[in-house]
Amino acid sequence: MTGLKREGDPVRRLEALRGTTPPRPHDARAIAALAANPGCARRALMDGAGIDKDAAARHLGFPAPFGQSPFAITRGNMFEALVKADGCAELLRMLRELLDLPVEEVAYHDVENVGAHLRHTHTRSLLDHAARSTTAAEPVSAATFYDHPLLSLSIAGHTAYLEPDLVAFQLGGRFHVVEVKSFSVIDGQADPAAVAAAARQAAVYVLAMRTTLEELGHDPGLVSHDVVLVCPENFANRPVATLVDVRKQLAVLRRQLTRMTTLDRLLDALPDDLTFDLRPDDDGRPTRPVAELADALSRTTARYAPDCLSTCDMCFFCRDEARQEGASDLLGRQVRDELGGVASVAEALGLADGTRTPAEGQEEIARLLRNAERLRRECLT
Amino acid sequence: MSLLTSLARLRALDEGIAQPVATVRHCHLSRRPMVFIPLKLSGEAAAPLAAMLGTDRDDPRLLVVAQPRNRDLRFAWAAELAGVLLPYVEALTVDTETVERKNADPYERAVDAPQLVVPNQGGVAFTALLGRSTRFRRADGPYPVPGSVPLLGRWLTYFAERAAYPGSSIMLAATEELGRHWASGQSSLEDANLAALMSWITTGPSDEAEDPLVWPPAGPATDPGFDAEVLAPAIESGSAERVAEALRTQLEPTWRLVWQAIDLLAALPEGASVAQRWEQDRGSFSGMAAHVAEGAPPQARRDGAVAAAARLARMERAQAAYDVQRAYDDPMVMAEYRLTGEAFAGEVVETDPENTEGEGRSRKLRPLVVVKTDDPVRLPQGTSLGTPQRRGQGAVLVAADEGLITVKITKGMGRGKTAAPGSVPEVGERVCYTSLTDDFQGSATLPEAEATPWTHGGPPRGYTPDDEDAQEEWS
Ligand code: SF4
Repeated sequence: MTGLKREGDPVRRLEALRGTTPPRPHDARAIAALAANPGCARRALMDGAGIDKDAAARHLGFPAPFGQSPFAITRGNMFEALVKADGCAELLRMLRELLDLPVEEVAYHDVENVGAHLRHTHTRSLLDHAARSTTAAEPVSAATFYDHPLLSLSIAGHTAYLEPDLVAFQLGGRFHVVEVKSFSVIDGQADPAAVAAAARQAAVYVLAMRTTLEELGHDPGLVSHDVVLVCPENFANRPVATLVDVRKQLAVLRRQLTRMTTLDRLLDALPDDLTFDLRPDDDGRPTRPVAELADALSRTTARYAPDCLSTCDMCFFCRDEARQEGASDLLGRQVRDELGGVASVAEALGLADGTRTPAEGQEEIARLLRNAERLRRECLT
Repeated sequence: MSLLTSLARLRALDEGIAQPVATVRHCHLSRRPMVFIPLKLSGEAAAPLAAMLGTDRDDPRLLVVAQPRNRDLRFAWAAELAGVLLPYVEALTVDTETVERKNADPYERAVDAPQLVVPNQGGVAFTALLGRSTRFRRADGPYPVPGSVPLLGRWLTYFAERAAYPGSSIMLAATEELGRHWASGQSSLEDANLAALMSWITTGPSDEAEDPLVWPPAGPATDPGFDAEVLAPAIESGSAERVAEALRTQLEPTWRLVWQAIDLLAALPEGASVAQRWEQDRGSFSGMAAHVAEGAPPQARRDGAVAAAARLARMERAQAAYDVQRAYDDPMVMAEYRLTGEAFAGEVVETDPENTEGEGRSRKLRPLVVVKTDDPVRLPQGTSLGTPQRRGQGAVLVAADEGLITVKITKGMGRGKTAAPGSVPEVGERVCYTSLTDDFQGSATLPEAEATPWTHGGPPRGYTPDDEDAQEEWS
């Protein structure tokens, strides 16, 4: 144990939570998912500390149900390659139409070429350079694509590195984040859940780019809140580009990130020696006794909802906990709302049976539940 | 979801077994349903991988695309599917009955209609996509496909459209129908997993239901682990047999589950309005069959503005009618309205069957009934009421006082000086009255399609698929 004092600075405190486990970098997907359950302290702490939630869940015996089919991966890669072929020629054609720009030339920078350790600084200087030239007297009608850029965003005092698919920049215009996704748009319609997820992810990139520009002393507004979503059209592999306004997602994300910088408060409430360390051995295999880890996690408050099943690696662990607690959260927010905040199954049933006296403020829901129970009984006999 | 269903879910969770939320079955069940379980290739919009289907639970047909990326094999698969589905559909168009109509020519209606049963909503959505990707193909021209393929596409499109139509039983998703009749102790999100929902209803929750090795997903997506470890190597091996056997292991458990789901539903007595809705389904089916026979073009990619508005209005009316009918058919559904004060039930404590209103020639028989109820009635005086016990009857709420409700019967007690026998409830009878009634405003007047205002895109051009549609890639 590091023996840190409670008032020790949050960064050190978070490091203690992670212990000897190597930090897991946040990707945009993970950051976007934060917005899905902003009220969960367990998740905020685990993410803040850079815990590999997937590894933790696996070790606890509750592996997350998120696998990706090799077919889907192949198809995704193939499609991305198609979009980026010939220096993004196809993409340029689509953007010309979409943004109604007289783009003639296109420059293409593959940031990946500079080597991993330099990518981030290189991305920054490229963006800096591009932003500078917008003020140049003579705008040129050339577009620049930055492939494999590496952006950063500060999450709870940690720097998270992000890799957008592509960033497009048009001189005299603005930066546009380009997201390449392999779900199809059929007759102008796509799976709304997939589009929403893509928009949340793109918002993370927009925010990261705006922050970078701001740090460099440029106008963050140069990054458009309209992101370009590129998907296959109908049943073919032909790409089609659509503008998606991510202002709403940006607002949610900002709110959530501000909350995360106030992890201090959450940390203050934790026992000094608490850690989520998996204690990996030399091969990276976790050696921490499972019960001990589970116990450490149970000291943080989760806010399980069935939505977690599609957004958080810890979902099966938290669901199991909610089951043991008999929490009405298990049944979904709708039921929870219907119950007017009665949190436990036993309590709600007690009110319905009349075996429990309603607490103050529960009279109305108790009356409704008793009535509902009477009606159900009548129908079932 | 209502508080009543929420309570049922809580009870289910507490008792470890699903709880009924219906006392009768609200969907029609065909004597020969066609169970259809399609699988698609992960990551693709509508690349079929396999389907298990048939009307005999002991004899499923398995259709497989051994090389899912091969376009010709895909069309061959679609032709095979057509070879099973089309004869099933077409056989049902033969026997018809003549239906007389007021102010319109009589028409022919099939005496029975097809019924497609898929495991879940995903199955419905994939059926729609399969329909979309096949109905514009052509048997002639530069990119010919087997002639049955575009026809199959039109029928699949029809099925998927009916699935979205409230109260229709032409295409059922097992999870949806089960969920309408039972409340599990899990969230509605988890109810979308057929194996999980079935185990809640039959034996109680089991973690195995979420283990893809025990219960493979009910489709259309396959388990990613199966894709990586079994399917990909099988496809690579080039052995069609191996691919088929691999997919059979994924489909068979679901096949059994869907039939078991049908059995569960069949064990419930049929609701009183089910036959009436099925009659509409039969009419719709005959309409579609006639459309096809007349050589009309396939369904458009998208509705024109008028057609879309008309469809929406039709769906809304169908939903309203379906809601009311379910409540009239099923005391458990009516209980939802009793809870919110839109209906009340209780015992008749007093009657005045000879009560009249008016004098002389305008004197009318208006029997009075007083009902004692524990329900929280929230209906104002003068509300028109209907009653499931006497469906043709109309009544009005006269007074409500401390659980004693006075109701005046205004319609459906005969034309004589005294009420027809049985038309006025006796003291001691249990009755239910509700403000829900099955008469709806007529359809909003929409312009004819030809008169679509330019603000809504102008009159739609009939959709004739062209070569481009016919050759549209399907990769
Ligand atoms: S699964 Fe658990 S940790 Fe993750 S968001 Fe839900 S409650 Fe929080």
